[in-house]
Amino acid sequence: MLEQTLFAGFGGQGMLLIGEFLAEAGMEEGKYVSWLPSYGPEMRGGTANCSVVVSDRPISSPVITAASCVIAMNRPSLDKFENTVRPGGLLIVNSSLIDVKAKRDDIDVLYIPASEVAEEIGNPKGANVVILGAYLARRPVVSVDSLMSAMKVKLGERKARFLEGNKKALLAGLELGKVQ
Amino acid sequence: MAKILMKGNEAIAEAAIRAGCRFFFGYPITPQTEVPEYMAARMPEIGGCFLQAESEVAAINMVYGAAGTGVRVMTSSSSPGVSLKQEGISYIAGAELPCVIINVMRGGPGLGGIQASQGDYFQSTRGGGHGDYRCIVYAPASVQEVVDLMGVAFDAADQYRCPAMIVADGIIGQMMEPVELPEPYEYKVDTEKKPWAATGWKPGDKKERAVINSLYIEVDELHELNTRLQARYREIEKNEVRYEVYGDEDAELVVCAYGTVARICKAAIDELRDKGLKVKLIRPITLWPFPVDCVKAAAEAPEVKAVLTVELNAGQMLEDVKLAVNGAKPVEFLGNPGSKMPTVEEICEKLLAMSKGEE
Repeated sequence: MLEQTLFAGFGGQGMLLIGEFLAEAGMEEGKYVSWLPSYGPEMRGGTANCSVVVSDRPISSPVITAASCVIAMNRPSLDKFENTVRPGGLLIVNSSLIDVKAKRDDIDVLYIPASEVAEEIGNPKGANVVILGAYLARRPVVSVDSLMSAMKVKLGERKARFLEGNKKALLAGLELGKVQ
Repeated sequence: MAKILMKGNEAIAEAAIRAGCRFFFGYPITPQTEVPEYMAARMPEIGGCFLQAESEVAAINMVYGAAGTGVRVMTSSSSPGVSLKQEGISYIAGAELPCVIINVMRGGPGLGGIQASQGDYFQSTRGGGHGDYRCIVYAPASVQEVVDLMGVAFDAADQYRCPAMIVADGIIGQMMEPVELPEPYEYKVDTEKKPWAATGWKPGDKKERAVINSLYIEVDELHELNTRLQARYREIEKNEVRYEVYGDEDAELVVCAYGTVARICKAAIDELRDKGLKVKLIRPITLWPFPVDCVKAAAEAPEVKAVLTVELNAGQMLEDVKLAVNGAKPVEFLGNPGSKMPTVEEICEKLLAMSKGEE
């Protein structure tokens, strides 16, 4: 198993954080993981992304050139990274904020209204975790339990009050990922 | 100890503290700023000293001063900042003092960019500043290796009384990977082992002064210093070479690469094995001393057709590889100056062409 996932959105959408959740969960399961953020001069509203690799074998490269999955939370991310998905791979689009369809026809595309669903469950900032749930439904690279536990570790005591809301968001996302 | 997920830069800082480093002088620069950030939080907790200097030049001279007292001291920066430190590094080498210098390399020349690079190979392995000196240079390829090499670097610096450098590309600094941290080690200056250290005079002490100096006006005295340094460098070349070999023993091609680039080469080697081409990687872990004997022996093996050097620069280690191979086999190069990372596909394509005897 070699899963190379690119999480992309605008700064503040929490894409780096959900990437950390996945990496932490993979590590807890004894898998090899790496997490690599983009860093650089980004304008407000631009993209902030991270590359997460989860594997059964030592990871050769933390740099992703052909992703098994790309998660695009906003339009600039879709434009920038649609072509990074390898043929047969998965593209997950936050359809709440992106009103166009993907152009590729050689990949699976999943449209998830992550921001709307997050609002509905009373956790508007949880759109990132909703889409992570949808991802996990389609690509069960780690178990739901491991991911729940990883969220607890990463949020720590200081942000423990956000754990329940995020659990709800993850479960909502898991349902969305299954339905389509 | 259980593994934790840690960013390379933070792991550098924590590992240094656990290796007994209690003095850190630095200045922020992308992509290494998490090192001073982490040090700023941690040092006060353990009674150490964190100081953000007014410049890189000031920081390295503070390192010089602290190193003169025998303590474990470190600075960190990224390429343009490390260029500024070169005068101080030369003085530290001339004064025969131990310290550790971190360079989380970014693209150059000039202010260059802020993405990963390996453009400082020449600067690191040839001394960098003026005069005949060397630094021991380590090039980790993972966050765990950064951690493992930190204690090694401090020990080697102490043993040989010279600066040790850890050069990581920006990816190693920015990436998070699981790490196992070593148990903390409390370093105490032992004046029996470091009789040269200026630890302060107390009543009852001997009258001899500890003089920290790199100025030798007399030709014979300067010659004596240089003779001593060169003898030490030969010892380092004999004892401190580190490298990893990956891939097939009976390979027809040999690849030399270090840091993140070496990991990408490993992916290429795995892919080529499935296509029936056997390739062996030699990954220098010490850039200086360079694993000359290993590269030479690999190139001279009868089944080996050629050697490929892959770097994230215009071909710097390439020169050391050519010196080691010494004409035994053709040596080719793949890489980019700046920060454009070579891809698995490019490396595979190049190696397949070399296997077919194409240029």
